[in-house]
Amino acid sequence: MFAKLKNGVVNKMKFECPVCGAMVDLPEGTVIGELIECPDCGTELEVVSLDPPTVKEAPQEEEDWGE
Amino acid sequence: MKIGLLHSLLRKDEKFLMDEFAKIKGVELVLIDDREITFNLGHDSFEVDVLVERCINHSRALHGLRLFEAAGIKCVNSYAVATICGDKLLTSVALSENHVAQPEIRVAFTEESAMKAIEEMGFPVVLKPAVGSWGRLLSKINDKDAAEAILEHKTVLGSYHHSIFYIQKYVEKKGKDIRSFVVGDKCIAAIYRNSSHWITNTARGGVATNCPVTEELNDISVRAAKAVGGGIVAIDVFETEEGLMVNEVNYTMEYKNSITTTGVNIPGKMVEYILQVAEGK
Repeated sequence: MFAKLKNGVVNKMKFECPVCGAMVDLPEGTVIGELIECPDCGTELEVVSLDPPTVKEAPQEEEDWGE
Repeated sequence: MKIGLLHSLLRKDEKFLMDEFAKIKGVELVLIDDREITFNLGHDSFEVDVLVERCINHSRALHGLRLFEAAGIKCVNSYAVATICGDKLLTSVALSENHVAQPEIRVAFTEESAMKAIEEMGFPVVLKPAVGSWGRLLSKINDKDAAEAILEHKTVLGSYHHSIFYIQKYVEKKGKDIRSFVVGDKCIAAIYRNSSHWITNTARGGVATNCPVTEELNDISVRAAKAVGGGIVAIDVFETEEGLMVNEVNYTMEYKNSITTTGVNIPGKMVEYILQVAEGK
């Protein structure tokens, strides 16, 4: 059911949103450290592992964040 | 060729860049997470031909760039550019020294002298922290009562960098300003940022539409970029009756919402420039 591609990226893997519990497809081509949004609750999540797919809530905005 | 990408969270902006680098044969992208890296001063040896800075934290970007440059690595943008662009006061000084049009700016170091400067300028004015992004803690001050309140709050509650009062004459933007993107010596694209609020940052809800790059816009954008040291920068520009004026210059530019809007492959142009820097061109 999970397909791991040659270059290390994964396809059609699911993770559980730590905020709302929704089962969400990890988008194709996702990399570790990527910021993604839970399509159900809108929480920003950071991908911490691809195999197994694991996410955590993204860090909160800090005072010196920006351009 | 090895390209180092100094990053924090990988946002869409960084993903677009990574995708563009992946298209180039012979280029290896080395991801360097600023939350994991440590430096060993005087002993660092990084095996990359150029470092691309894409941190979210200004403090990490600034110090990281200095440390990479100390290890002999070329950086885009350079530490010098990040230093100037990261501080609105230093940016205004650089623009002024290079005769780039900008709104009237006054700087004061005390509550009393700041009030005197504001009254001389006339209301409204905008008070900004010299260091800060995404439109945070900007205050539009319409009258003396508001000025007294804001200045007192900054003095009593603000951290030390709020004790430098950077005051900009308010410019009536009529609901929009311009964000132009400069890569090297060319303005490659621009957007209007539209908002009914006087703060038009897209991070604060401003909506992007395409803005044609006129000769005038290209000229002031490139001159502003050169004034701060060049590289890859985004310029915030006001349209005024006296012509275009530069508001701010951003050194870790965000562009994810501007690719479709402008039809310009902004990350592709960035990659071309970065590879030229890596090759010493």
